[in-house]
Amino acid sequence: MSYQWDWGILFSPVATGEGSTYFDWLLSGFTVTLVLTLCTWVGATVIGVTLGVFRTVPNPACTVATSTYVAIFRNVPLIVQLFTWYFVVPEILPSAAGDWLKSFSPFNQFFACSLVCLSLFTSARICEQVRSAIDAIPVGQYNAGLAIGLTRFQVYRHVLLPVGFRIIVPPLTSEFVSVSKNSAVASTIGLAELSAQAQHLVDYTAHSYEAFIAVTAGYMIINLLTIILMRQVEKAVRIPGYLGAKG
Amino acid sequence: MIQISWHDILSALPALWRGAIVSLQITLVALIVGIILGCLLALLRLSSSKPLAMVATAYVTIFRSIPLVMVLLWFYLIAPQFLKALLHLPPNIDVRLASAFVAFSLFEAAYYAEIIRAGIQSVGRGQLNAGLALGLSYLQTVQFVILPQAIRVVTPLLVTQAIILLQDTSLVYVIGLADFFRMAVNIGDRDGTTIDMILFVGACYFAVCGILSAIVKLLQAKTSR
Repeated sequence: MSYQWDWGILFSPVATGEGSTYFDWLLSGFTVTLVLTLCTWVGATVIGVTLGVFRTVPNPACTVATSTYVAIFRNVPLIVQLFTWYFVVPEILPSAAGDWLKSFSPFNQFFACSLVCLSLFTSARICEQVRSAIDAIPVGQYNAGLAIGLTRFQVYRHVLLPVGFRIIVPPLTSEFVSVSKNSAVASTIGLAELSAQAQHLVDYTAHSYEAFIAVTAGYMIINLLTIILMRQVEKAVRIPGYLGAKG
Repeated sequence: MIQISWHDILSALPALWRGAIVSLQITLVALIVGIILGCLLALLRLSSSKPLAMVATAYVTIFRSIPLVMVLLWFYLIAPQFLKALLHLPPNIDVRLASAFVAFSLFEAAYYAEIIRAGIQSVGRGQLNAGLALGLSYLQTVQFVILPQAIRVVTPLLVTQAIILLQDTSLVYVIGLADFFRMAVNIGDRDGTTIDMILFVGACYFAVCGILSAIVKLLQAKTSR
């Protein structure tokens, strides 16, 4: 096999005559992946923590509702969920709402669909982590909170959640890394994110190895930054005396 | 609300079944090869040889930091050229299934390696020494003493990973392989029944993975007892 390596191709002007280089394409894909990942972190954490709290509240209705939610979002493949949001949901909605969704620009539709899909998908996983974190706190703390006259809401607010949030940082890190990896699935509905740009570059330049290596490196950079960031968070909020805490 | 057309779904069932076979083939191959490779990687990672441990660690880290979609595209790009050059296949032969087998096996191996490593580390150090003291060789000790115990501890995790694998096979969509999901989407495009097909496929995955998840719960209850 003989392959002509040419890394310069990344910095040569694009064939479509837009006045940008192929590197700019990669950069725009990188930005889309990064923004989608960050937005998903926020959405998934807010929804996941809320659900996780309701999952632990001793109320049968709450338990059934949240465990059904988790079962659905964990047992259907991500790409099927994404296609459901993109192709099925606008048709099921009342026609006025469906038309309103379709009035957005294609990019905004792709992005919004991917964001909703990834957020809900990830929130089901975060919900389970929050639940196991709260379950890991000795039940005596809950009882002690009630005994000193706190309401159940206050026990969650001042006792369980401050500890629970710190316990879930390590599992949350791997979940956050998964988000950027899962976001590559969004290319299937047409979102021009990082992995879509790899295929775009292959179509235009035929330099597939350079394009794929650059894109793979892009994902590694995002994941590395995530791990470094979360390690700082972990260090900052670590509880003295717990496993993994020094001193 | 929309009306699900059961008639269209029924007439698509034979084709969907062919797709499901492809999904199951990929799952089974990746499961078996992945676990075997995963065991090897886990043992290498825990071996006393620094270079071997580093190679295994690098392998696991790299595969775990790349999206599966990219891995599939990588192997779709490389494997065809490589396999054709190696086996002198005609240039127009369809190697998508083979490249999916390779990609999933190598990708899953990285994840299984981490699970099995956790299992091996949960086996007491004394077990290894006891095996060696009995006169077993290192490999015999690993094969007959360490791995059986390690695998038993992590069986729920292995099954959970298999459920994730089954769901992830739907991503072969990106290389155009007609698995269960891609087949349904293709039929939906052809007959204008995309909505019915997507909902039906989602329900099928939910049923199968839901049952498997319930089995995992039973296994966990059994092992924790």
